[in-house]
Amino acid sequence: MGWPAGFQPRQELMDAERLGRTLARMAHEIVERHPEMSRLAFVGVRSRGVPLARRLATLVGQASGSEPRVGALDITLYRDDLTTIAAQPVMKGTDVAFPINGSTVVLVDDVLYTGRTVRAALDELIDFGRPGRIELAVLVDRGHREFPICADYAGSVIATSRDEIVQVLLKEEDGEDRVVLLEREAGRPKTRRGPAPREARPRPRSRKQR
Amino acid sequence: MSPRLLLKGGRVVDPSQGLDGERDVLLADGVVAEVGARLAPRGAQVLDVSGLVVCPGFIDLHTHLREPGREDKETVATGTRAAAAGGFTAVCAMPNTDPVNDSSATTRALLERARSDAVVRVYPIGAITKGSKGEELAEYGDLRESGCVALSDDGRPVASARVMRRALEYARAFDLTVVDHCEEPTLSERASMNEGPVSTVLGLRGAPGAAEAIVVERNVLLAGLTGGKVHIAHLSTASSVDAVRRGKARGVRVTAEATPHHLLLTDQAVKESGYDTATKMNPPLRCDEDRRAVVEGLRDGTIDCIATDHAPHTVDDKRVEYDQAAFGVVGLETAVALCLDRLVSAGVLDLARLVALLSHRPARVFGLPGGSLATGMPADVTVLDLRRRREVDPARFHSKGRNTPFAGWILEGGPALTIVGGRVVWKDLPGPRR
Amino acid sequence: MSAYPHRHLLGIEPLEPAHIQAILDTADGLREVLDRPIKKVPTLRGKTVVNLFYEPSTRTRSSFEVAQKVLSADSLSIAAAASSVQKGETLLDTVKNLEAMNPDMVVIRHASSGAPHFLARHCRSAIVNAGDGAHEHPTQALLDALTLRQKKGRLKGLRVAIVGDILHSRVARSNVWLLSKMGAEVVLCAPPTLMPPGIEALAPVTYRIEEALEGADAIMMLRIQTERMTGAYFPSTREFHVRFGLTEERVRRARRDVLILHPGPMNRGVEIASEVADGPASVILDQVTNGVLVRMAVLYLLLGGGEAA
Repeated sequence: MGWPAGFQPRQELMDAERLGRTLARMAHEIVERHPEMSRLAFVGVRSRGVPLARRLATLVGQASGSEPRVGALDITLYRDDLTTIAAQPVMKGTDVAFPINGSTVVLVDDVLYTGRTVRAALDELIDFGRPGRIELAVLVDRGHREFPICADYAGSVIATSRDEIVQVLLKEEDGEDRVVLLEREAGRPKTRRGPAPREARPRPRSRKQR
Repeated sequence: MSPRLLLKGGRVVDPSQGLDGERDVLLADGVVAEVGARLAPRGAQVLDVSGLVVCPGFIDLHTHLREPGREDKETVATGTRAAAAGGFTAVCAMPNTDPVNDSSATTRALLERARSDAVVRVYPIGAITKGSKGEELAEYGDLRESGCVALSDDGRPVASARVMRRALEYARAFDLTVVDHCEEPTLSERASMNEGPVSTVLGLRGAPGAAEAIVVERNVLLAGLTGGKVHIAHLSTASSVDAVRRGKARGVRVTAEATPHHLLLTDQAVKESGYDTATKMNPPLRCDEDRRAVVEGLRDGTIDCIATDHAPHTVDDKRVEYDQAAFGVVGLETAVALCLDRLVSAGVLDLARLVALLSHRPARVFGLPGGSLATGMPADVTVLDLRRRREVDPARFHSKGRNTPFAGWILEGGPALTIVGGRVVWKDLPGPRR
Repeated sequence: MSAYPHRHLLGIEPLEPAHIQAILDTADGLREVLDRPIKKVPTLRGKTVVNLFYEPSTRTRSSFEVAQKVLSADSLSIAAAASSVQKGETLLDTVKNLEAMNPDMVVIRHASSGAPHFLARHCRSAIVNAGDGAHEHPTQALLDALTLRQKKGRLKGLRVAIVGDILHSRVARSNVWLLSKMGAEVVLCAPPTLMPPGIEALAPVTYRIEEALEGADAIMMLRIQTERMTGAYFPSTREFHVRFGLTEERVRRARRDVLILHPGPMNRGVEIASEVADGPASVILDQVTNGVLVRMAVLYLLLGGGEAA
């Protein structure tokens, strides 16, 4: 697996078995809190939130006898940081094929960090209709919230520093199930990745000679 | 009365005398007094020109001074300062001013203005037809008497073959050359560049090279028919060169000029510059095959001289959409450096040949004094520094016009000293020297 | 690395196939937005786009306006007089005045080729060419390509015939560039007087429509600009229709699943017979939807990404 530039693994937080058990526990919590399953729907936030949402839906279906519908949300068009990230992120598209009005939506994502992704997801979800209730399920809550958002269901709560990355790997996307804590490589500067250089305004060309 | 001036230690290149060697040049009383080895100063002011090349003063047969009428674009003062800074000691002023120079009164007024404001010699060219409308002939006798050295309706072609024939015939009486801007207007209407693959890609209307060649052929035939003298202005296509070559072989009195931009650039420049209007002129930049034919015409003598077609415009006239922009580029301040770097240093022409193309041969085309450093010739001298390196910077031009396609070019070689009538009118000498 | 690394969209010719791909893929990714109950996303909130149209156009202009509104950008449309010279105010002055409002982007349609390049030289905003003279109309070619790709699943290897007044057509030029770059086979068909010099270097040329249509996957009919007929280009619209018009009979020479495209507005009975324009092979209405998507994609890629230089 290619880690993000400048980062290396420091510690494995979950192996495949633990990840599976964590999801099973989360599924049971969801079933417990929602005895009435008919209006329940899972919406995964792209990209890794989607396979997690599908797995949770299957587990919930096994535990309760009724499998909730699953949708996918691409929040690219709702991000608040588009002018500061390096490249235009690739859009994989939103797919919410069922009516939202009145339903209980469980938003699913892999990692809860600043809360901005969830904020964008809430805005987008509401543009599809008026949900009766929205809850949030995440595999890992790593702290450092910048918005007043918290998870209703958290697989694991970990204290991290801002220099670290919590990387979730899933079979469907990455070929294996694992959660790894990455740290910045020694000697690498702490700068945030800035915007990629865009084509500058054409300047008069100086035709240098041989 | 100009003081005596001794140019010491330079390499004198004077093709009119077949001279190329280290000589001193003594100028006195406005003429060349003596050219020889190690001359004694004898009271003359001495200018050290060692390491530099001393030539007969360069003459531009095709300049637009814009005065009278469009002083916002250029004046006699600014245009001749530009000429001096470009190494030219004389310019021939095209008559497409406002009013058109089609009368002795306008010619005299121009010469009067030149007397007070010009820093180099100004030779007026009179119009072929009244108002350059292409219909009635102007008064050639009066024009010649008042000082015109040639005739042209430049800016416009002489569309009628009949009028061109009459002009060539009538001009014979006064030994005037008729200079034609060769263009068939029905083929070139509304065109803003050369017609070809580049105009297709750019979506601009183009004029085919045939629009020029058709009229060149016509003029060569008419000159042959009438025995008159025709000079083809700013020749740009292979077919035009071919027509002139064949005409000369038959003994027709045809001469031709080419501009540095037609020798060095092609219509690709329009695309590469992103529709920069500094690439827009008439005749337009052509395809590379045409360009190479013009260079070859220069080398084999078909083309008699290099002329600038210096055409200054205001910023507003050029800073518009390509198809709306005025035609023309300035050239006095870049021509010599461009030719030294891109023709001589590049091995296309040797230095003596270039000097001839800028001095002796243009003088011969219009029968002008100068173009030679023989004793008694006017004391007009152009001194070149082959080693200087300069970047073309339009902001520093003496001309009011900034419209050049050569901005930013770094050129090796250029004028260092310009002397007219024995007086230094411009100097940019390298290193510390007296 | 940015998917679309240029500041402007001035034409198709300067683009790499990867950039074209990025625009088409982004447009596809945006398709579902137009199917939502609320057809609006906040992506370009706070961005201002000026639509500066020097040539009249309802179709292209409204398409850009819809695209801007769906992305929540602020949109201002100005229909300027045809020639700046006649009007008195230069293009430069108009643009400088607009700049005072600090638009993030200017979409320009103008009768002079190179007008968008002129703007790019003198103006701080991102520039999108909505059609300049006979030079290019990049968003039209992009929407044509999106339509072809949508219906045929690919662009590579498709045989596309472009028929009509190629000489004056910016749509033809942009399409030749785009289709060639994406690996399609283009053939051009027009009477010799309407074929631009040197175009054979870019695509094969034929003066017979039957030959052009043989085995074609798609046919693009260009609008015959009847006002051009006065330049002695062609004897009459009747002759044009007889020799070069797309009739049902001629369409049968193409493949059975051939697509018919037209940039609009159509001269029914001149370049295209009504039965063909309204027939099942026509994707003219899909082109309209795809036009909005492609323009949304261009707005997103130029304004929604990294900080402009």
